[in-house]
Amino acid sequence: MSMIEFSQVGKSFGAFQALTDVSLKVEAGERVVVCGPSGSGKSTLIRCVNGLERHDSGRIQVNGIELTESASALLKIRRDVGMVFQQFNLFPHLTAIENCILAPKKALGMSDADARDLARKYLDRVRILNQADKYPVQLSGGQQQRVAIARALCMNPKAMLFDEPTSALDPEMIGEVLDVMIDLAQSGMTMICVTHEMSFARRVADRVVFVDHGRIVETASPEDFFQSPKTDRAKAFIKQVLHG
Amino acid sequence: MNFNVDVFWAALSSWAFFKGALITLALAVVSHATAIAISVPMAVVIRGRPSLLRGSITAYIGFFRAAPTLLLLLFVWNALPQFIPIFRQAWFTPFLAAWIALALNEAAYQVEINRSALQAVDAGQTAAGEALGLTRFHVLRYVVLPQAARIAVAPTVNEFITLLKITSLASVISLQELMTVTQVTVARTFQFTEHYAAALIYYLAMVYALMAVQKRIEKSFSWANRAAATKDTPAIAVPVQR
Ligand SMILES: Nc1ncnc2c1ncn2[C@@H]1O[C@H](COP(=O)(O)OP(=O)(O)OP(=O)(O)O)[C@@H](O)[C@H]1O
Ligand SMILES: [Mg+2]
Repeated sequence: MSMIEFSQVGKSFGAFQALTDVSLKVEAGERVVVCGPSGSGKSTLIRCVNGLERHDSGRIQVNGIELTESASALLKIRRDVGMVFQQFNLFPHLTAIENCILAPKKALGMSDADARDLARKYLDRVRILNQADKYPVQLSGGQQQRVAIARALCMNPKAMLFDEPTSALDPEMIGEVLDVMIDLAQSGMTMICVTHEMSFARRVADRVVFVDHGRIVETASPEDFFQSPKTDRAKAFIKQVLHG
Repeated sequence: MNFNVDVFWAALSSWAFFKGALITLALAVVSHATAIAISVPMAVVIRGRPSLLRGSITAYIGFFRAAPTLLLLLFVWNALPQFIPIFRQAWFTPFLAAWIALALNEAAYQVEINRSALQAVDAGQTAAGEALGLTRFHVLRYVVLPQAARIAVAPTVNEFITLLKITSLASVISLQELMTVTQVTVARTFQFTEHYAAALIYYLAMVYALMAVQKRIEKSFSWANRAAATKDTPAIAVPVQR
């Protein structure tokens, strides 16, 4: 059983077809990097995994649970899959540690003390425990994104989704977030990352999936993809990423 | 023009004026509190999918915005007891009638404030809450509402100030609020300026007190503001990055 499996998934926004015939299997422990031009459907694809966008054809299974209209299946999947967003999306009215304990307490029914212990463990792991009582507005972008990763990890997810986690960051903060992600990848976490960070892809990805116009156009190892892309569109894309 | 300061002071310090002001304030507070309690769920529903309930709420808002407040007051006080016998009993006072009329009316305005406050909370907040596996109710309760509340404070206080002044309409159903007391006294004494001035002072005092309350509430949302938030947290130096 794959951790995440898309079979011929389609998704449209009104008349606009955002995903077409997307099939993808991600095994437990696998790291997949998704890349492609702006507007190609990367966010839509990754947001379909946990039902933030609902697919309208094909099948999606996560950890053996099929993503259907069923609200309980949806909640189960979301509790198994963590997500990190481009804009961090920390809850601004809660401190770093309160951001981390909200879901374990409300969704898993954990006690406050247990949730705090867990949160401290993960805040420490992303090296931001000393800022635990700060509000998001008091933290830098890189710090906020690390808190967001800790918040997702506090649900003990079986897989993690990252949607361009470093593209809203100042260049000097990208490294601290990538380090945390690399650390996570090396610990065996199943990951799907939308990112254009080639260094990250080279270092940890098992596969690179190239998306264009809502279709998976090419799937390859990072080496093959960046050295010798097969399709013209991937070639053009890589050239642009390298020089842009 | 002659202004008799003694009359003015006597009015200002009289029990009648003080009690009138208290009734005004109490009526505004209970009406607005009720309006808020009704309008928060209404705002949540009208932001949701089309449904019979959503349609009814939209109709409610349209109706209570169109109906003049004065007419509502008169209707609740005079006409309601004719339709529904229990309102004929002694417990149905002008205060209760005004409370019902003003709350129903105010809810139609407050719902618009709530709706735009909910709208102003970034969609990424809901996405983050849902991605964590929180139920829709938990996302609303712990993620969206606390942020919407902050946005709603200023317009809600404005609305309350308007409502405080609108309570004077309840004089038509003989509620002994501040303006009724003033009118009655003026009719008896013909000393307009002194009594109007005293009433004005009460209204001004109430509104200024409210504005101070608003400041305090806004301050309590310290998380929204780096400088204020820093004050409450232990003295670890916060490097100002970005
Ligand atoms: N809610 C929506 N309603 C309508 N169209 C949408 C919606 N969300 C996305 N789209 C469209 O779907 C297409 C794919 O969007 P998506 O956000 O998945 O692209 P992306 O590959 O993540 O792009 P980027 O690199 O800019 O983040 C885009 O053309 C976008 O305009
Ligand atoms: Mg995107």
